[in-house]
Amino acid sequence: MSPEFVTVPARPRLRLATAWLAGCSGCHMALLDLHLELIALAAHADLVASAALCDAKEYPDRVDLCLVEGAVASEENRQFARRIRERTALVVALGDCAIHTNITGLRHRCRNGLGQTAIEAAAGGREGLDPPLPKLLPMVLPLEAVIAVDASLPGCPPSADRIGNLLRRWWQQQPLIPPDGPPQRFG
Amino acid sequence: MTMERRLVIEPLTRIEGHARITIHRDRQGLVQEARLQVLERRGFEQFCLGRPFTEMPALTARICGICPVSHQLAAAAAGDQLLALEPPPAARRLRSLLALAQIIQSHALAFFHLSSPDLLLGWETPPERRHLFGLIAAEPELARAGIRLRQFGQDAIEAVAGQSIHGAWAVPGGGLHSLRVDGRDRIRDALPQARLDARFGLERYKQVLDRGGLADLEAIVSLKSLFLGLVGPEGQWCVQGGALRLIEADGRLQADQRPAGDYGQLLAEAEEPWSLMTFPYVRALGYPRGLYRVGPLARLNVCNQIGTAWAASELAEYRQRNGRIVLNAFASHQARLVEIVACLEAIEQLLEDPELLDPLVRHRASLNRLEAVGMGEAPRGTLFHHYRVNPDGLLEHVNLLVATGQNNLAMNRTITALARHHLDGLGTASIPEALLNRIEAGIRAFDPCLSCATHAAGQMALQVQLFDADGSLLAERRR
Ligand code: SF4
Repeated sequence: MSPEFVTVPARPRLRLATAWLAGCSGCHMALLDLHLELIALAAHADLVASAALCDAKEYPDRVDLCLVEGAVASEENRQFARRIRERTALVVALGDCAIHTNITGLRHRCRNGLGQTAIEAAAGGREGLDPPLPKLLPMVLPLEAVIAVDASLPGCPPSADRIGNLLRRWWQQQPLIPPDGPPQRFG
Repeated sequence: MTMERRLVIEPLTRIEGHARITIHRDRQGLVQEARLQVLERRGFEQFCLGRPFTEMPALTARICGICPVSHQLAAAAAGDQLLALEPPPAARRLRSLLALAQIIQSHALAFFHLSSPDLLLGWETPPERRHLFGLIAAEPELARAGIRLRQFGQDAIEAVAGQSIHGAWAVPGGGLHSLRVDGRDRIRDALPQARLDARFGLERYKQVLDRGGLADLEAIVSLKSLFLGLVGPEGQWCVQGGALRLIEADGRLQADQRPAGDYGQLLAEAEEPWSLMTFPYVRALGYPRGLYRVGPLARLNVCNQIGTAWAASELAEYRQRNGRIVLNAFASHQARLVEIVACLEAIEQLLEDPELLDPLVRHRASLNRLEAVGMGEAPRGTLFHHYRVNPDGLLEHVNLLVATGQNNLAMNRTITALARHHLDGLGTASIPEALLNRIEAGIRAFDPCLSCATHAAGQMALQVQLFDADGSLLAERRR
């Protein structure tokens, strides 16, 4: 769509969020690879939460769609994923880390569990004044092992084209993944 | 008056990675210390052990979606050394092209997408509008320019590597395929618009600076430190294939023209009990006196000159405004714009180089060495990949010394200074959101990449010191 001729719909503006669990930010960068189409996106939706892109410190209520990058690697990730599910109509697992843990899951090869003790030791800090650091889960989990997911976009990262198609279908109120579309695959 | 002794800003936003700032105050409400705490650990240095070194370019690219090219190139450079060969001339040029294109896209992201809402829309803009979408609404032309500049970099990477993010191209010995004529021409055709966009961004930001901009904070975020970066053989600005130069805050040379393998002689890492990120310092000066910085500010401080016309004149103007050695952390924003210009001009020159399209892009050899250090300038500063392998080429030791980790000490000093300036004596109830955002902006000026930085496992010499509240040393451990 040409960003110059965007018609703003009459219905209430959509509320978009992105979330970043244990990933590399590459899936967020793929979203930004929409480039000038971001301007069309901004015409349809408000960005209401995204630690990478805006300053909402709390994940708000009544989010229409959330793109989730990354696997569930810590207790904090798990709680955040649940909060997202409670407050969001459509949750999309964006990229291979969210779908099947991908690179993030390679840490299962480490026998010492990434020095969990070092992390716990760091949690105290001087005079115990610092709040604790997130506790790593023994196994990295795919998003779908923790919450129900409405659509998945595979890829490491998924291409901007596919992210753009999904978002367009969203604001046109169509199913996120076309039922007659090509089969989804990894990579 | 309520006086919360600990203030926590979490999560930090509009930065790359998961972190928080913890501010400690005494009973009078005076700030003792502000700490940047990184909240993630993905363990690359551990899980790569036992894998073939040839996997490292593809694996370590996944450390970071913003600077995957830097990791890929550093891993490939370490691989070249393990094979004991030099890549062919075309591959060296294509690697430079990738590194330059990545600095453009990453700096455009840092300046336009992430920091300009503070710099151009203003600190007091409510958080609901203080982001890229807010910039699109308030300054559409500028937002477009920033988006297009980032696209220029991403498209150039795609033309060489086949994909803008995590493209598989660099390998030990060179690259996987040569650049096609149409790929080169696509980059060339996009250059004029990219130049216009860079000029637009620079002019707009200079207006902000002329109106006083961030001048009120200059003294607060000016920090005496050493600076480290790569330079070419003549001391010129350089992002690939140069040698290390380390200077002091007054410009005196500490070390010059040193190869990657010397990094362990020049630098060491300390740990603090409250941080997952180590605190690198200049070995000769000890911890924490050996505080040093890397990145755009450091690169412009260490270089004598930039070899192209427009960038040279922008550098001269930047130095006129800020001084020959710039200590002000917020000057990094302008430094990024100057570097975007330098990268555009360097790419323009590379595109004219007849060797760029040569079909020979890979030299082959078997394993000839067991230890190597690859380095390069990532957008955020000097990056080192240090590997040791067994005779089968399986990794036995991996140390990644990344830019953001090297700026750790400086980032903590900067937010402590900002927190003192903005918060000393204020009751918790009277701390507006915009003030906390200004402290976060101290971190944003460094454009940290925390997914990169938390892999530092502290493989270098370690020195841990424990101090009591008066600063006297209670205990010390060295490794
Ligand atoms: S799927 Fe790939 S691009 Fe996305 S977060 Fe994971 S490693 Fe990064």
